[in-house]
Amino acid sequence: MDRSEILEQINAIFKDTLDNDEVTVAETTIAADVDDWDSLTHIQLVVAIEKHFKIKFTSWDIQSWNNVGEMMNTIQAKGI
Amino acid sequence: MKDLNQLKKNLKKDFSGLKMIRVALLCDSASQFLVQCLRGAGFEQELNLEIYEADFDQVNQQVFDLSSELYQYQPDIVIIFNSSHKLLLSYNKTKTDKYSSFASEQIELIESIYTSLTDNLQTKIIYYNYTEIDDSVFGNYSCKNSSSFLFQLRKLNYELIVLASQKANLYICDLSSIQNSVGKGNVFQSSIYVNTEMVLSIDILPQVAARTLDIINALNGKFKKCIILDLDNTIWGGIIGDDGLENIQIGSLGIGKAFTEFQYWIKKLKHRGIIIAVCSKNTESVAKEPFEKHPDMVLKLDDISVFIANWETKVDNIHQIQQILNIGFDSMVFLDDNPFERNMVRENIPGICVPELPEDPAEYLEYLYKLNLFETVSVSNEDAERTKLYQIEAQRAVVQKLFTNENDFLESLNMQSVVQSFNKFNTPRVAQLSQRSNQYNLRTIRYTDNDIEQISLSEDYFTFAFTLEDKFGDHGLISMLILKKENNSTLFIETWLMSCRVLKRGMENLVLNTIVSKAHENGFTTLKGEFIPTSKNALVENHYKDLGFEYNNGYWLLDVSNYKNKACFISVK
Repeated sequence: MDRSEILEQINAIFKDTLDNDEVTVAETTIAADVDDWDSLTHIQLVVAIEKHFKIKFTSWDIQSWNNVGEMMNTIQAKGI
Repeated sequence: MKDLNQLKKNLKKDFSGLKMIRVALLCDSASQFLVQCLRGAGFEQELNLEIYEADFDQVNQQVFDLSSELYQYQPDIVIIFNSSHKLLLSYNKTKTDKYSSFASEQIELIESIYTSLTDNLQTKIIYYNYTEIDDSVFGNYSCKNSSSFLFQLRKLNYELIVLASQKANLYICDLSSIQNSVGKGNVFQSSIYVNTEMVLSIDILPQVAARTLDIINALNGKFKKCIILDLDNTIWGGIIGDDGLENIQIGSLGIGKAFTEFQYWIKKLKHRGIIIAVCSKNTESVAKEPFEKHPDMVLKLDDISVFIANWETKVDNIHQIQQILNIGFDSMVFLDDNPFERNMVRENIPGICVPELPEDPAEYLEYLYKLNLFETVSVSNEDAERTKLYQIEAQRAVVQKLFTNENDFLESLNMQSVVQSFNKFNTPRVAQLSQRSNQYNLRTIRYTDNDIEQISLSEDYFTFAFTLEDKFGDHGLISMLILKKENNSTLFIETWLMSCRVLKRGMENLVLNTIVSKAHENGFTTLKGEFIPTSKNALVENHYKDLGFEYNNGYWLLDVSNYKNKACFISVK
């Protein structure tokens, strides 16, 4: 899947999980840029993304990301 | 079932007007999602759970410090969730020679938590039992070795059951059974645990919240009292009218086994006090034939309180069952294999529970087990007698039609009542009646066995329990009153409730005569009543007015000095 398509699907997940249709994330977006993206919501996002792409992140993965793009790297590395 | 995200959306909705319950949640793991789930799931059930969430891993500090926020909060319910993972950490740090006494020490701690909470708060405690973790240090040998973690964890779960059976205000939320049902892989997600200290997976949280709410609802008098059964392809395989007695499937062979086991389940529910009714599109004599003649039928006509088989709609028939039983539709469960009938009943009878039975009868039981429909917080001996009581009620309904004058009918019943104050013999039934009665209930206060015992020992109260018996049979204990001495002249009617089985018998006249005479004997001049409306008790809206009380500033007052005894066809034994 190319990156723009992954980003589009991730955006849909963000909108649903944060219950906010205004939210848009780009590859450079970090948690502090988005209202309500706290450590708790982060877990919900992680689980929703896992489910959507049918992949599992490791604990290392979850700790390692600095922005949305890095998370997308992990998703792609899992063969998506 | 709604997922976490859907439940979270409920949090933004309007909770005003919902029944408010103060809950304190104490967890040794991260609890933010559980709080959101509980509150969101509560909204679905018209409850406004005001939740105090203690700081992370502060269970013991909150409980043993009497000046903590927990005690200031004065919760109605305290939920304690000590996780198996923290239990394992604690075991890991235990000296090896103490392994075998690990569970005993834990249960002592839990008992002291219970004591501290109940000594200092008017509260019920819901304690989550432990999901199993096998640390595989001993393999299968852990089942033979008391020092293994699994041995100690299972022992602790058993000791929790024993403790709960002894402590009136302790209720166990069976987390372990959820894990047994869906598997550890679905309850626990290691990567999330490591990163956040959350021990429950996001997917399982709604189920845990639902299971917790089952207890909270039952504590608040909301539970199922009756099962209404379809017959063909629901309790036996095949269609009795077409296939005939010899060809319906029931018994130990093949698919018949599924129906036999299903019937045993229904029978156990009946023994537990759930009322069983039949509602079938059939000719009555044909529908009854298997009950009378088929050797493999587990259910007999004796087990059925109301049997309706005709060609009217099921909606009409369920209305008729409701009139005979006099219980709310929301306490009824309707089981039917036919999706059309299910939809029709669901759409036309608000509140009734209509499970989507699976297509394959072999799956009926497993499916129904998971729904946990029959939560309760008490059982009494009278539960087992309930079927008979309602069968008699159906007979009475027939006799009543023969009398045109109501007083003649009442007189013909030869009614007798035993009036007692609360004592150790009637306490379980009194408490249960307070939990079950919704309609004829002026203030809808729920009491546990322990509450009733405290009240009966207190000097501040007069208590009354009324039984009713007539020529058709004994209704048992059907009404209770609690009068509080407000001052030298006034008795406040804290609770007045009655089972709806005995409506329109003139019981309220006997009750009023009795309490007025008690007031006289003890020098009180005024009875003070209050009506607190709920969604269920409109029946008694004018109760005090009809009995001659006068409205004054939110309360109903009766001057007992000029009271004349009301006519009554019930004699006191």
